[in-house]
Amino acid sequence: MTTETTKKFNIDTVEHAAKTPDTELPWAELGLKQNEFDEIVKVLGRRPTGAELAMYSVMWSEHCSYKSSKNHLRQFGEKVTEEMKKDMLVGIGENAGVTNLGDGWAVTFKIESHNSPSFVEPYQGAATGIGGIVRDIISMGARPVAVMDPLRFGAIDHPDTARVMHGAVAGIGGYGNCLGLPNIGGEMVFDSVYQGNPLVNALAVGVMRHEDIRLANASGKGNKVVLFGARTGGDGIGGASVLASESFDDTKPSKRPAVQVGDPFAEKVLIECCLELFKGSLVEGIQDLGAAGISCATSELASNGDGGMEVELTSVLLRDPTLTPGEILMSESQERMMAVVTPENIAAFEAVMDKWAVEYSWLGEVTDTGRLIITWEGEVIVDVDPRTVAHDGPVYDRPFARPEWQDSVQANSFTGSVEDAGRPSAPTELAAAVTELVASPNMCSKAWITKQYDRYVGGNTAMAFPDDAGVVRVDEETGLGVALATDANGRYTYLEPYQGAQLALAEAYRNVATSGAVPMAVSDCLNFGSPEDPDVMWQLAEAIRGLSDACMELGIPVTGGNVSLYNQTGTTPIHPSPVVAVLGKLDDVARRTPSGWREDGQAIYLLGTTAAELDGSEWSNLRGHLGGLPPKVDLAAERALGEILINASRDGMVDAAHDLSEGGLAAALVESSLRYGVGARIALEELMERDGVDLFTALFSETQARAIVSVPRSEEVRFKDMCTARGFAHLRIGVVDAAGGKLEINGVDELSLDALREAHEATLPKYFG
Amino acid sequence: MTSIPLIGEAVAVAAEPRLAGAKIGVVTFPGTLDDRDAARAVRLAGGTAVSLWHADSELGDVDAVIIPGGFSYGDYLRAGAISRFAPLMSKIIDAANSEAKLPVLGICNGFQILTESHLLPGSMIKNDHLKFICRDQTLRVENANTAWTVDYTDGQEIIVPLKNQDGQYIADEKTLDALEAEGRVVFRYVGFNPNGSRRDIAGISNAAGNVVGLMPHPEHAVETGFGPESLNGEPRDTDGLGFFTSVLTKIVGGDK
Repeated sequence: MTTETTKKFNIDTVEHAAKTPDTELPWAELGLKQNEFDEIVKVLGRRPTGAELAMYSVMWSEHCSYKSSKNHLRQFGEKVTEEMKKDMLVGIGENAGVTNLGDGWAVTFKIESHNSPSFVEPYQGAATGIGGIVRDIISMGARPVAVMDPLRFGAIDHPDTARVMHGAVAGIGGYGNCLGLPNIGGEMVFDSVYQGNPLVNALAVGVMRHEDIRLANASGKGNKVVLFGARTGGDGIGGASVLASESFDDTKPSKRPAVQVGDPFAEKVLIECCLELFKGSLVEGIQDLGAAGISCATSELASNGDGGMEVELTSVLLRDPTLTPGEILMSESQERMMAVVTPENIAAFEAVMDKWAVEYSWLGEVTDTGRLIITWEGEVIVDVDPRTVAHDGPVYDRPFARPEWQDSVQANSFTGSVEDAGRPSAPTELAAAVTELVASPNMCSKAWITKQYDRYVGGNTAMAFPDDAGVVRVDEETGLGVALATDANGRYTYLEPYQGAQLALAEAYRNVATSGAVPMAVSDCLNFGSPEDPDVMWQLAEAIRGLSDACMELGIPVTGGNVSLYNQTGTTPIHPSPVVAVLGKLDDVARRTPSGWREDGQAIYLLGTTAAELDGSEWSNLRGHLGGLPPKVDLAAERALGEILINASRDGMVDAAHDLSEGGLAAALVESSLRYGVGARIALEELMERDGVDLFTALFSETQARAIVSVPRSEEVRFKDMCTARGFAHLRIGVVDAAGGKLEINGVDELSLDALREAHEATLPKYFG
Repeated sequence: MTSIPLIGEAVAVAAEPRLAGAKIGVVTFPGTLDDRDAARAVRLAGGTAVSLWHADSELGDVDAVIIPGGFSYGDYLRAGAISRFAPLMSKIIDAANSEAKLPVLGICNGFQILTESHLLPGSMIKNDHLKFICRDQTLRVENANTAWTVDYTDGQEIIVPLKNQDGQYIADEKTLDALEAEGRVVFRYVGFNPNGSRRDIAGISNAAGNVVGLMPHPEHAVETGFGPESLNGEPRDTDGLGFFTSVLTKIVGGDK
């Protein structure tokens, strides 16, 4: 199978390049800097050919090479104990990390960004974000089982927000629903800092048996290299280098052609086809084609293997026969995979392709030369050491420094500020404040989004939005399953990046523990502005330092992730937004704890203590204030709280658990009541007395390491004893009231659940229809 | 302790050897998504699920067939329009129309394939609100005499998940009148019509009652803890199991 039309180009061969050292090359247009181009010339000992230049430019882009963050990211690999490594089957560096679940099961998960494409073309950008992360999961040998999508948009009432929101949500749904992957959670934040640079992150999780783990390497001389799936087209050319590694401004033409176009049906077929290949052990190595397309797949496979690779580029099946060699190498057309197959397995491989009607073409073979050689009708157009393309790209020690403005921002506390004037205290004011909070853009119901996603497909979804974590069953016999949560708070991180990143981890950890799962591993998507701005670089460095320190303290390793830089409009960066995903394990998903109470008369306990921490809070956000210091991080307390929640779930001591985070106790009480439409009677006098805070603070402070739980009467003594034995603050603050249809809080006017629900659910439909 | 059932507990279905002997085929097309779910539903109901591949030219010795949901061929042309031409479909059409009246259930995309195959009248177009919708949907069983509904009672309300993009059932008035008159409207949406379907129709049958198609997904409501949420404290997560026990009852000739 070869392309019908092989167009004769004026091919820039290696031989020609050697003879014409002075030819001008468009390296700047491809996003390379002068020093980087000089380095390529040095590595090759001559000028690169057009095709080589295309490869280096995408593979040395920020998006693919992590050149600005690499020096800092090392900490994730260094701050790891033996204990943390014990369940890590595959660590950072592969397509996705793999964690041991026991019973022969393994789980792989990863979170990635697709921010810039989702601004330029929201539907396709978001759709292919899902597609790309799912292919990373398949590449590990796993069956993908669920997706999640943390989203951050501009101001809810800005005219452009609806464009991005509608497109991104429809794209995630349109692609994910068609793949048959339940969408089990995510985030939704509106903030004008994301107006020109929304964040569309996507997480996928997959499961496999230990023996099915596959890695991306090309080994064994004479093994064949095959490209299969969709044909290669002209979409997404330069996506990684041009889009993901630059900031937007209004002066340049639209970058729409650099966004890939997704075909979810092709991806679904590709998933089933790959799983059948794995089942028959028909591939030696496999790599998905994402950013940088064939450039990335060939150089990474060859570089991770033990030899070299030779590939004939005219064998690539094309959608558009006019594509040049450079374009073919850079194209980011979706739904493609590259694999290495032994000669004995060729027939069986082709049978699987034919069964699923997937197109494929044999491109070449693995060699022992240590070189990646790409030919065009037999003429050599690429002859490189694959390591120099895939792994030995430039690494920058970007200058960074604590911004001059950081002190003044931190000195500007909400308490006592102009925006804090008229703080609610009377019962009517507090009731209005609670209602305003739960109807606010960031705290309102996300149902408008989540009802556009299939959460049922697969039949293994034990919990999904709006519960704290998504829970998916892995083993139908034993009930073994995983829980996942993603969190980030750009406002906290802006106020104090080291702490902000730790707070993101703490919240995701808490959410997983709240579901009853034992946290095991972390994946992170670090969304920041331009690394060339020392202020931003400092935010990034601090966030990585904070996150890696916190992972060490909580004892859970980072197994993979992604860095997304240049998220800014002109010179204004987004809030630093490290999105942290935590994966946990449940021995039996039957024991998972939902976030709402149901049984009349159960006791409601608040775990943890409350301090006056309103800086960076949702309440201060509603009043238009951002300053001061974020809530304190106490990882020892988070760990202790986690252990209590996990034990309580395992031993049936709690029926509901909800973590306290954005919006504090007020948001948690409303959400736990609305979850099943069952109210509660709450009295906070004892808490106010014990912690020395007023009612407003008790309700709206965002102090960390807290959760509310509902405890069956028969379990109350045992539960209290457990908390006491562990020395963890616990206080009975109320009881579940099934009959009343309302949330009663002493000192706050009565809140009917109907009115709360209406306020909570009306916001997104109001803005988005 | 709590009276709320834990999820994942085995669904109580009497293990009857005669049920296990009943084979129900589950068809997979490229782009089918809910085939494993349908097979699980068959197993939980006590039967044996058999995987069928769209390109096969023989149906084998199955006693009934389920065409599950998904996006066969991506729904890029018109939902079900390409799958209808699969080699296996012509066998299914013949068997459904034969003396033996093979029971056939089409769920969501399967329903769309059945209308494209003309085993069932009418068609599905895009939801009236133009968006994908996923929700727990209340249905009223309007006819408990089909091969797939004998374990329900007429007028019974059940809750099963609904999830679709092209779920708006349409047909000309004459056809709709005929369906109503012949008792072939098998399920109707209750409380909320999620897609603008004519006369709130969620599912219909052929004249003989062996072929049933519906948009909602009973196979997602067969296992405690994995189906729709409880309503007013009543667990409703296994309301869909009746589809699968019904057909098994029918196959093994049980009295109902």
